[in-house]
Amino acid sequence: MISIPVEHGLLLATILFCLGLLGVLVRRNIIFVLMSMEIMFNAVGLAFITGGSRWQQADGQVMFMLVLTLAAAEVAVGLALVLQLYKKFKTVDIDVVSDMKG
Amino acid sequence: MLNLLWLVPTFPLAGFLLLALCGLPKRLAAWVGVGSVGIAALLTLGIAVEFLGMPASEQVFRQTLWQWMSSGDFTATFALYLDPLALVMMCIITGIGFLIHLYSVGYMDEDPAFSRFFAYMNLFVAAMLVLVLGDNLVLLYLGWEGVGLCSYLLIGFWYDSPENGYAARKAFIVTRIGDTSMAIGLFLLFMHLGTLDIQQLMQSAGDNWAQGSLLPTLAAALLLGGALGKSAQLPLQTWLPDAMAGPTPISALIHAATMVTAGVYLIARTHELFMLAPEVLFVVAVIGVLTLLISGFTALVQTDIKRILAFSTMSQLGYMFLALGVGAWSAAIFHLMTHAFFKALLFLASGAVIICMHHEQDIFKMGGLRKRLPVSFWSFVIGGLALAALPLTSGYYSKHEILGATHVFARSGDTLWAVAVLGALITGIYTSRLIFVVFFGADKTHADESSIGLNIKLPLIILCVLSLFGGLIHVPLDRVFPLQQVLPHLAGTANALTIAAPFVGILIAYLFFYGKPELSEKVAANSLGKMLQRFWFSGWGFDWLYQKLLVNPLMWLVRANKKDVVDSFYHLIAWLIRLLHRLLSMSQTGRVQWYAAGIALGVVVIVGLGVWRQHLWF
Repeated sequence: MISIPVEHGLLLATILFCLGLLGVLVRRNIIFVLMSMEIMFNAVGLAFITGGSRWQQADGQVMFMLVLTLAAAEVAVGLALVLQLYKKFKTVDIDVVSDMKG
Repeated sequence: MLNLLWLVPTFPLAGFLLLALCGLPKRLAAWVGVGSVGIAALLTLGIAVEFLGMPASEQVFRQTLWQWMSSGDFTATFALYLDPLALVMMCIITGIGFLIHLYSVGYMDEDPAFSRFFAYMNLFVAAMLVLVLGDNLVLLYLGWEGVGLCSYLLIGFWYDSPENGYAARKAFIVTRIGDTSMAIGLFLLFMHLGTLDIQQLMQSAGDNWAQGSLLPTLAAALLLGGALGKSAQLPLQTWLPDAMAGPTPISALIHAATMVTAGVYLIARTHELFMLAPEVLFVVAVIGVLTLLISGFTALVQTDIKRILAFSTMSQLGYMFLALGVGAWSAAIFHLMTHAFFKALLFLASGAVIICMHHEQDIFKMGGLRKRLPVSFWSFVIGGLALAALPLTSGYYSKHEILGATHVFARSGDTLWAVAVLGALITGIYTSRLIFVVFFGADKTHADESSIGLNIKLPLIILCVLSLFGGLIHVPLDRVFPLQQVLPHLAGTANALTIAAPFVGILIAYLFFYGKPELSEKVAANSLGKMLQRFWFSGWGFDWLYQKLLVNPLMWLVRANKKDVVDSFYHLIAWLIRLLHRLLSMSQTGRVQWYAAGIALGVVVIVGLGVWRQHLWF
């Protein structure tokens, strides 16, 4: 088995996380924001897996299962919200829903 | 009978409660108001007869009603103490008080606040009785403040007009200055002697303190402050003339016969303490002399009938202070009593004149009332004679005692005597000026006595008798003032001068205001006369001085601090918080991405801080 150095795994996770975060922060289309969040989840999952393989523990994979479930739940709620948003505003631009400003 | 002593202040107090709490109809209110004081007067009479029947050495009675307060070493009982001094005061308060209540029924007849008036009057009598019967200084102070309160309420009785309210506040605040000094005096006495029971206090002051040392001097001076305020002596005298804004019976009862003499009573009651402070006692004499002279001159030029009497009251109180100052305690109390008779008479008579003149008080708008108002006229003549201290009237005996004691006083007694005799001369002038201007001369009005009834005339007649013959009453005060020297009788030139002074005064007044009125006009017309008149009319400019010296700076401070300097600090805090609030709410944009950016930045900062601190400390 070819072992990948743990630093490589973590670096990839970091890059993926930052890309996802950037997407969340700058995209205005709410679908893309949700997708960027999926990338962040997966980056975190990758970090767990990497950690788990480094210490030869199953905990990392258990946590990844948890993250996966969370992501599924999030998408379900998120997409439902997107549909409602679209029905109400006829757009998926996230800046339209800024009624809660102080 | 003596055991009923507690009922004497209780009846007026019950009268007050009844009148204040139940809205009684007018006729019933009069019965309750006058009746309660009448019963107190009858009880006092019974007590006096029994008390004076006892042998002189046993003439002390103490009645403890209940424990009032107790805290640590300090206890104050609600106890009454009766000795000849308290008895004399009690007789004056209930006796004269009853006559004035009776008179008030007629005087206040048409007033809509009839029962409120009697409620206050009854409360006053109760408080004054507590003052003179109090066994300890705390109880005395309770009565002292009680009469001050009633004085305030009654001066401002006709509160519709702002001047009356102003006069009431002035009286309250000026006397409060003295009361504060007195309260500090009480604290000092308790701190050093550990008791406020008057008899114990006097005993232990004599045992612990040397004559003329600092502590008794300080304590006596502080108590004197209270007495000066209450008795309207220099420099706290300015409230009394303005206090005449109240109804005339009030001026008679509170501001002539009883309350203003409380200062004299206080000094007489604590005379052992004052004897330990000869310096203070001398100051008492000097203040008395100055006040009697200054207010005598002021009374010379007043035009308001009640203000003349007010200044003359101050002047007579000056005589009492002089008597206290030279150690003639019993003479002071004697003069207090006779003064209560004739000054109450004069005030009530002036009240009768005021009613008949339909509330006109300017003496120069009266004139020739001698035939029109015979009862008032004769009351005024008799009261005036006693006030001027012509021989055989009551005022003569008491004033003569005072002047005699002053003449032999070791410390510049002859100067004090000379000034006091000059004061007696001036008393003669202003008293007869008042009578000549009001009752003689040209007939200017159509007044008559049809509007005054028997309840006004009867008190006047009784007081006339007392003013004439009250000097024959022997006041058995020798045991109260055991240290007092036998009062000497004046002899030779001094005696002649003392007796002659009021006659000369009356002669001068006769010349100026009856015989040759053009003479007084001539004096008033020249520039010096005008200036003096204006100066005296204003009460020697004391009001002006206090206005400039005390009131104006205080008002300036108040205005400067109108926005409340202290509050500005708290306003600053509120302003800062509001600023922060505005900044925070600005960050609330409603854009989710900004919030996410904030969270990301926060995480970076926190993680960065953690890493950095690890490098720093570990």
